[in-house]
Amino acid sequence: MNGFQIVVCGSLVPDPLQTLEPVTTPQGPGLKNETMLPSVLDPWSAHALYEAANLAKQTAGSKVYLVSLGPKAKLQQLMMTVAQKVPFELVALDGSASGFTDAHGVAAALADAIAAIPGLDKSRLLVFGGCASASRDAGVTMQLVCERLGIRDFFAGVDEIKMAEDGSFAVLERIEGGEYLASTCKGAPAVLAWATGNLPEPPNNPQVGMANMRGVMPSLMKAKPTPAGVGGIAYEATEIPPQKRQTRIVKDASTDEIAKEIVEWINN
Amino acid sequence: MSKTLALLHTQADGSLPKAALETLTAAASLGQPFDVAILGAGASAAADAVQGCGAAAFHTVDDPAVAQPRYATDAAAATALIQASGAELVLAPGTSRFARSLPGAAHRVGAQIDTHIVALNAEGGAVRAQRWFYRQRILGAFSRAARPWLLLLDTGVFAPWQGAAGAANAQAVAVAFTDDDRRTAVTGVQKPAADAQTIRPDAKLLFVAGAGWTKKQKDGQFHIGEAGALILDFLGKAQASLGSSKSLVDIQGEGQETLTFMSHMNQVGQTGSTPRHPKGIATCCHGEEPHAVGWRFINERRAVNLDPNCGWAQGKADVLYVADAFEVMAKVNALL
Repeated sequence: MNGFQIVVCGSLVPDPLQTLEPVTTPQGPGLKNETMLPSVLDPWSAHALYEAANLAKQTAGSKVYLVSLGPKAKLQQLMMTVAQKVPFELVALDGSASGFTDAHGVAAALADAIAAIPGLDKSRLLVFGGCASASRDAGVTMQLVCERLGIRDFFAGVDEIKMAEDGSFAVLERIEGGEYLASTCKGAPAVLAWATGNLPEPPNNPQVGMANMRGVMPSLMKAKPTPAGVGGIAYEATEIPPQKRQTRIVKDASTDEIAKEIVEWINN
Repeated sequence: MSKTLALLHTQADGSLPKAALETLTAAASLGQPFDVAILGAGASAAADAVQGCGAAAFHTVDDPAVAQPRYATDAAAATALIQASGAELVLAPGTSRFARSLPGAAHRVGAQIDTHIVALNAEGGAVRAQRWFYRQRILGAFSRAARPWLLLLDTGVFAPWQGAAGAANAQAVAVAFTDDDRRTAVTGVQKPAADAQTIRPDAKLLFVAGAGWTKKQKDGQFHIGEAGALILDFLGKAQASLGSSKSLVDIQGEGQETLTFMSHMNQVGQTGSTPRHPKGIATCCHGEEPHAVGWRFINERRAVNLDPNCGWAQGKADVLYVADAFEVMAKVNALL
C-alpha cells in the first residue's frame, strides 16, 4: 500500500463558552458581533483531524489535508493554534462559516475543493469530517460530499477505524442506546464522519506548527472566494427561547433531608 | 400541499422503532393524504402492522441487502421508494440508520434535506419546520420552496402512533443493488455487558456526573473507587441513564485515573448527546455544556454541588442542593 490521502473537512465555530445572540443581516440570520467572536476548530472535526494524523502516522506514505471553509482572516487566526497540533496541508476556502448556511452549498464547495487537490488518487482517498458541526449541527454535509465525489461507502458517528494489511478496514459507528454498529469495508475510497474517536487532543508542537505554517499562509493567500449562503432556506425567525428558571437553592438542609427530598422527587 | 411520504425502516426483529411510529403521527398531523414507505427486513409485515394509520398507499423494500443498516444499500432503497411514491415532502425518523443514509438519498433524488426537526406545521399549503442551531442554543423556524424536501424528525417530539393492523397490500419496490453497494459488510452490534449498560434512552431520569467526582475531596484524598460504586449503585436502583460532562471523560483520555465505566458515549453537551428524559439530576458538575446544551430537553432538573453561586446551575436547574454529592448519593442509595 502507498499510504492514504486523508482529507479532513473542518471549519471554525464560535468558542462554546461564548454567549450567542441571533441577529438579522442582509444575507440572512447571523450572530451578533460574529466577526469578533473567538473561534475554535469545530470539535467533532478536530477529533477527525487527530484521528487522521494518527492513521497517517501508522501508514507510511500517507498525507493529511485539511479543507476548511471560513472567513480567511478568521481561518488565519485559527491556524495559529490548530497548525501546532498535527501535520497537515491546508486547503482554504474563503466564505461564511455560519451555522445558518445551507449544507448543500457547503458540500458542493468542499467536494469541488477535494476533487481539485493535485494528484488526488481515489483508490487511496479517505475523507474524514465531524459527524455534525457545532454550528449548523445538521449531520448531512459529509454524506453530500460523499455523493458528489461518487464514493459509495459512508460511516457516521465513527469512534474507531482499524486498518488491515490488505487495505480493508473495520469501523465502529455509534448507534442508539450506547451501542456500536460494527462493519468492515473493502477499502478506500470511503467517507467517515467522526464522533469523538478515542484520542486525546495532541499537545502543541511548535516544530509541527512551523512546518505547517509554510503551507498555511500560501493556502490562505490563494483561498478561493466561496459564496456559501442560506441557499433555498427561507428563515422566518431565529431566537433564543427563554430558558431562565427560578432556581430554588437549598443550602441549609441536612444530608438526610436532601436525600429524602430527592428520592421523593425521583419516585413521583 | 405537497404529496407527502412517511419513510420508515424496520429494526432487526422486523418491527418498527418507536421513532418510526412518531413519524406516522407527524405525517397524519399535517392533515393531508400521505403514503408510507418502509425499508428493511420484514417491511411488508411492518406495513400491515400500521395499516390503520390512514396512509393512501404502502411501498416496501425488504430485499436481503437492506436487512442490515448500510449506507449504500439504504440510500439506494430510500431513493427507489421516494421515486416510486412521487413524494415531494418526505418525513422520516431521525434514527442513526436514516441520519446516516437519507442525506445520500436526498442528493440522488435532487432533494433538499433538513434534520433534527422539532416542530412541524402546515398552514395554507405551506410547510414550516423548526430546528435548533449552534447545538441547541438558537431555535430557527424556516421553510423551503424547493421540492422534494426531506425532513428528519427528532425522536420524542411526536407521540408514537397507535392503531389497528390490517392488510396493507404494500407494493414491493425493486431495487437494482450493485456489487459496489455491498463493499461494506455489517458484522454485528457491539453492546456493553448488561451490567455495564449505563445509557438508557427510555429512562425517566438522567444522572449527570461531573469531574468533581474525581477531584480531591474534603479529606484531601481522591475517592474515585467510592465515587464509581455510588454512581453504579444509584443507576441500578433508579434505573437511570448516565451522562457525563466533557471534562470528566476527557480526564480518562488524558490517562488520569477516573471512572472506568464512563466513556465519550456518555457525554452530554457540546460534543455529546442531548438526550430527552422527563427528569435529570447533575452532580459535581459546573460546566456550561451539561446545563445549557445537554439539558435542553430535560424537563425537571436538579443539581447537587458545593457551590451555591454556580452560575450554570442557577437559572438552569429547578433546585440546587448545596451539599457534598458523596454524602447525598450514599443516603439516596440507602433510601432507594
